[in-house]
Amino acid sequence: MKCRTCRGPAIIDLKAHNANFCAEHFLAFCREQVARAIKKHRMLGPDERVLVAVSGGKDSLAVWDILLELGYQADGFVIGLGIGEYSETSTGYARAFASERGLTLHETSLRDDHGFDVPTAAEVTRRVPCSACGLSKRHLFDKAAIDGGYDAVATGHNLDDEAAVLFGNTLRWNTEYLGRQRPVLPARDGFPRKIKPLVRLGEREMAAYCVIRGIDYIVEECPMAAGNKHLRYKEALNAIEAESPGSKHAFYHEFLSKAADRFADDAAGAIADGTSELGTCTRCGSPSSNEVCAFCLLVERTADAVPVTLGERRGARR
Amino acid sequence: MKVLLRNPRRELDVDGPVRVDTLLRRLEINRESVLVIRSGELVPGDAELGDDDVIEIRPVISGGA
Repeated sequence: MKCRTCRGPAIIDLKAHNANFCAEHFLAFCREQVARAIKKHRMLGPDERVLVAVSGGKDSLAVWDILLELGYQADGFVIGLGIGEYSETSTGYARAFASERGLTLHETSLRDDHGFDVPTAAEVTRRVPCSACGLSKRHLFDKAAIDGGYDAVATGHNLDDEAAVLFGNTLRWNTEYLGRQRPVLPARDGFPRKIKPLVRLGEREMAAYCVIRGIDYIVEECPMAAGNKHLRYKEALNAIEAESPGSKHAFYHEFLSKAADRFADDAAGAIADGTSELGTCTRCGSPSSNEVCAFCLLVERTADAVPVTLGERRGARR
Repeated sequence: MKVLLRNPRRELDVDGPVRVDTLLRRLEINRESVLVIRSGELVPGDAELGDDDVIEIRPVISGGA
């Protein structure tokens, strides 16, 4: 197997691109794909500051690394989610990445700074853990970006993530979400711009990027995400991809070019409905259509809860 | 050879030599969802793995949306 660029020995084959690469040219390929995504979708200007939402996983560390390699001013922000040893280990990888490179990593802890953690929030709300986790991340990343004067928040969502979300939204014809599923969400009403620079690269590419760059990341799966719908959609899409390479790329990127605009009215209508009286949360000052935002309500609901240890599912309250 | 699998973490003994893509087929693992790593280096599908190799088959799928 030979590298497409230099004809030297290849270390990875990318069937979707009908290409094999050596380490050096694979890294160049990844950077080029991110640069293309940023340019095509107008994600960032050359002098803009970006806050990278970091988890300690492969995607967020890779996107941070690539943005820096491309010359962007990128700082990181990590949230201690309180998912037992998993959170401690993943936060440790984020800290190590930043300190080894002399980068700025902002930190907050749900338990220490907001009085709850993801397992406890899941117990109290009686919803799947990913719900409280996603709500907390969106709120805290947005707030950190606005407070820190950043031009955008970058997340590590890759092609597989976006294809799986699209698959789920299409299965249910969730037209509001289909209309909003873009690689860039513009800043509006006190929310920062959000960008997904990895939408042209899959999970296998991002893991390979980290191995080649010597970036240590948490390989273990989040214990709270095990078996969730998103993972099952990814497995289904990978089964199709194995038979028909390039399917994930075509599914998502052809959606963007040929179909996403058809749902723009659904998305715009939902935003207008939800934000017709958009004000600010009386507790934290974040944009909210209610007096108290969803995150501050979660803080309030979990305030008296007995912290849940992973593996336990109790309803006990103090 | 020793083959390390993750999620859950376990180890298998497999006779070599064997090609990477053959090994994955035998283990019924979709190539799209893993990397194969030998001594910290990626190995492509057509590489031959020897009897003394220590291999990691690393899953690449993560669950966050």
